[in-house]
Amino acid sequence: MKILVTVKEVAAVDDEFEIDGLAIDDRYVTADLNEWDEYAVEAAVQIKEAHDDVEVVTATIGPSETDETIRQALAKGADRAIRVWDDALDDAGLLDPETKAEVLAAVAAEEDPDLVLTGVQSADDGFGATGVTLADKLDMEWGAVVNDLDLDPEAGVASVHRELEGGVEELTDIEIPAVLTIQTGINDPRYASLRGIRQAQSKELAEYSLTDIGLDAAGIESPLEQTSLYEPETEGEATVFEGSPEETAAELAELLAEKGVTS
Amino acid sequence: MSVLAIAEHRRGELRPVSLEQLAAGRELADELGGELHTAVIGGDVETFGAELNREGVDTVHTVDIGEEFNHDVYTQVVTQLATELDPTVLLMPNSVNGLDYAPAVANRLDRPLVTDVVDIDAEGDLTATRELYGSKVETTIDVHADQAAVTIRPAEWPTVEADGDAANEAFDANIDESAVRSTVKGFEEVGGGDIDITDADVLVSVGRGIEEEENLDIIHDLADALDATVSGSRPLIDNGWLAKDRQVGQSGKVVTPDVYIAIGISGAVQHVAGMKGSDTIVAINTDPNAPIFDIADYGIQDDLFEVVPALIEQFQ
Repeated sequence: MKILVTVKEVAAVDDEFEIDGLAIDDRYVTADLNEWDEYAVEAAVQIKEAHDDVEVVTATIGPSETDETIRQALAKGADRAIRVWDDALDDAGLLDPETKAEVLAAVAAEEDPDLVLTGVQSADDGFGATGVTLADKLDMEWGAVVNDLDLDPEAGVASVHRELEGGVEELTDIEIPAVLTIQTGINDPRYASLRGIRQAQSKELAEYSLTDIGLDAAGIESPLEQTSLYEPETEGEATVFEGSPEETAAELAELLAEKGVTS
Repeated sequence: MSVLAIAEHRRGELRPVSLEQLAAGRELADELGGELHTAVIGGDVETFGAELNREGVDTVHTVDIGEEFNHDVYTQVVTQLATELDPTVLLMPNSVNGLDYAPAVANRLDRPLVTDVVDIDAEGDLTATRELYGSKVETTIDVHADQAAVTIRPAEWPTVEADGDAANEAFDANIDESAVRSTVKGFEEVGGGDIDITDADVLVSVGRGIEEEENLDIIHDLADALDATVSGSRPLIDNGWLAKDRQVGQSGKVVTPDVYIAIGISGAVQHVAGMKGSDTIVAINTDPNAPIFDIADYGIQDDLFEVVPALIEQFQ
């Protein structure tokens, strides 16, 4: 059995930051593996550990700078990695879910996985739509926002819980092959061991251009154009207590007492 | 140049976003100079259809098929309905279920999809406003296409309350059963512990800012000192540091205590959805730009590891 996991490098933004044109100034961002994808990688590695002959392959859209982040996934137990990048992707600007899904679908067509795991969303763009778009392009079944997964490869069924709003979960059986978008909290992602980190250095990380995976670079065009980026106006009318922690705590204690909060 | 909004229901109830979409949809339809259509798929479509007959709606389409949401069925029905009505903008909820069919529908209709939209404008080119990096920044996006699919964030538009005089039309969808490869077996309520955070008068709520599990001691100590109940935001529950029934937010509980003290919680929209109805909101956070201060009544912009112990001392 083969599991393809999509892995994205995302930017985490500092508390204090500046905007430079249509992006956050580089000085205030740190690159990291997308939090949701960490859970997806862990889910794949757990399936690998529970069943015989499972290969876990990661797929990433991104420039060579993302290799370090991809190695994190390899260090946690993925077997090999694929990274797709191309000048045409760089030039396309804001990549919409459809464009990303088209690239990932080309990778999946080549790999022919039994299961594809993606994060529910990425921490930066947060479209939350690439996984399901990918499933539809591959004519695979899918399940969005999965927070419990029980795979029965013999029966060809993934029994999942989908985390709905308001503390309710939907229990659904999904035929595989399928794309599941994985929610945080589904498992407890492991830390990479020193041995894992060492091994990751020698695992295969293949780099492909669009042509390599059978796509026409000229056909890559995002219909979405980002035209501005700004800090939202604060709507806050909070009374902010000023002073040392002792002073602010005293003011807050007084307020709480007024509101009837007592020890 | 019309707008089609797809309603959402679960376990016999129309969800509020269905009526919020009518407000967003009417604005768009006015800008486009066209009609507003809405559709409900499955469940008690007669009752839902009547509920959706609100001011500004031109036609309510009812599709009598199945009871509960199934993404394979919804994807086929919405694709067929949108193909027939050919709306300029297809609106769907940015909910867990919305995101389980909207991307597939957009793909089949070959329309660009913009998700989690907080504002939208159709005068001239279609432009959408979204938030990035957990609400830290906003961005506007031009959609370069004649037709688009959009999912709107719940609770951003008001619900349309006034009655309408919409036409009602039943829509016959052709479902390819062989393409229905998922089965919804049922639902499960999360939690069921002995603590009900929705009953608490005072909640001491903790977020990612607490950094380590062992640091939670000061939160429990503060709750003891205030005779309050401890709750938390999603990361605490994901990490297993607090039980699931303590989670405040979109996927957890909606709470309305007299006093809500948010400690080390940035105030992402999913969290705010679960606590904005609290009478008094107090936020303690080092980041003065944290969105929690937009909704807080009182704030301390300082290190929680200094403020919380000082606060405990005040109550001893």
